[in-house]
Amino acid sequence: MILLDNALLNPSPGLIFWQLVVFGSLVFILWKFAWKGIISALKEREGEIEGALRMAEETRAEMAKLKSDNDKLVAEAKKERDLIIKEAKEASDKMLAEAKDRAVEQGNKIMEDAREVMTQERVKMMSQIKKDVATLSIEIAEKVIRKELADKATQQSFISELVADAKLN
Amino acid sequence: MKIASFHKEFIKVLLMFKYVYSLVFCIVLGISPSFSQHTEEPAAATAAHEEEKFDIGGMIMHHIADEHGWEFTHGVKLPLPIILYTADRGLEVFSSSKLDHGQVYNDYKNEHEHIVRVNADGTVNEAVHPMDFSITKNVATLMLGALILILIFTSVSRGYVKNKGKAPKGIQSFLEPLIVYMRDEVVKPSIGKNYGKYFPYLLTLFFFIFINNLLGLLPGGANLTGNIAITLVLALITFLITNLSANKYYWKHILLPNTPKWMWVIMIPVEVVGVLMKPLSLMIRLFANITAGHIIMLSLFGLIFIFKSWAVAPAISIFALFMSAIELLVAFLQAFIFTLLTSMYIGSAIEDHHAEEHH
Repeated sequence: MILLDNALLNPSPGLIFWQLVVFGSLVFILWKFAWKGIISALKEREGEIEGALRMAEETRAEMAKLKSDNDKLVAEAKKERDLIIKEAKEASDKMLAEAKDRAVEQGNKIMEDAREVMTQERVKMMSQIKKDVATLSIEIAEKVIRKELADKATQQSFISELVADAKLN
Repeated sequence: MKIASFHKEFIKVLLMFKYVYSLVFCIVLGISPSFSQHTEEPAAATAAHEEEKFDIGGMIMHHIADEHGWEFTHGVKLPLPIILYTADRGLEVFSSSKLDHGQVYNDYKNEHEHIVRVNADGTVNEAVHPMDFSITKNVATLMLGALILILIFTSVSRGYVKNKGKAPKGIQSFLEPLIVYMRDEVVKPSIGKNYGKYFPYLLTLFFFIFINNLLGLLPGGANLTGNIAITLVLALITFLITNLSANKYYWKHILLPNTPKWMWVIMIPVEVVGVLMKPLSLMIRLFANITAGHIIMLSLFGLIFIFKSWAVAPAISIFALFMSAIELLVAFLQAFIFTLLTSMYIGSAIEDHHAEEHH
């Protein structure tokens, strides 16, 4: 009972009243003019920071993806280049080989033609010569016959002379 | 996890000082009635007496109790308005200086900080009970604390508008970690995902107790958070919030406990007492801790006057310095614990049923 009589343990109604009024208004005022703004600003900023971090992470992933894409592109380009070079080389080799083949063929053909022409010429020449020889023979024969008809001795010598002249080359 | 260990550390520190506190507290409370008797003697008779014997109990009680007017030191007293309501005269307002030194004004007299109506012959008129709504030292401190909090936190709030998208600055950056700490380590883990509704109140509660604990440590400061009327109101609000927002699982746990039916005779009263004891313990804890701190400090200073020697002063100063450091810790600690426990009570009242199965 000593404790209950003590002024310390007897809440004074006046102070309770003021505490209710002042603390109540403090809660209201701070709620309205301080905590609302502070809490939402903190939340907003945390959201922003989180968003920024997430974006950085995403950007990094994208960069990594881009880099790997780039590498892939470069590798592909290299492969393509090699392929093109290879193909070009093959094509040029083929062209060269074809050109060579054609040149050889052409040369052969030219040779063939030349040979044919030569053969024809020879045949022609031979026939000409034969004709000439025949003509000559006839002329000689005519002259011989004519001389024989004029002088026997002279004919003889003439014939032999003619024959000597008509020595075929 | 983090909060649990932090809390445990606090409890350890608390326990250490609890014994010292309760010892001093009991002694002072136990002997104080004799001091009040002592001071009830006629002033003329005690004047000579006080010269010889220093009344340490009276001094301490005077300092930790409320008063009309704000006495910073002997003779320097700030007069404050006295507001009285009586059935016969209605509302009366006058300065507390009118009642200083036992003077009678408007038939009122200050009898140990109780304003009483006196008859013409100087005896107390027992028929009239003036209702005292005076702006006492505690009420003035209450308003001062509230004003400081409003100034600080509206400025912090403005800081968020001004420094939008930038790093916090000044007082904003000083208090932001505390606010974030209260949210992430105290309120959110205790209450759960619906913490937002209670968070502004809990912040107000924390900073109200904290600032007033600190103001009480200033020389000439009032023992506001060590006043039972203040802690009573705070505990009452906790009680109301807890029980008004409680869900059916909370009430089922109290009124239909998960025990054999014959045990209900014991269990239900125990649970109901538990509901009442929670805010009661909040009320007593804050009041006792802060008051005990003041009593220890005053006792230490009182020793100088008891020994009537300058020589003890250095030793006392060292002790007082040490105690002041402890009191700074306690100022934070008690605000923290009051808020933490309030959050936990709310949390336990609104938690979902699946947690109940563990009981």
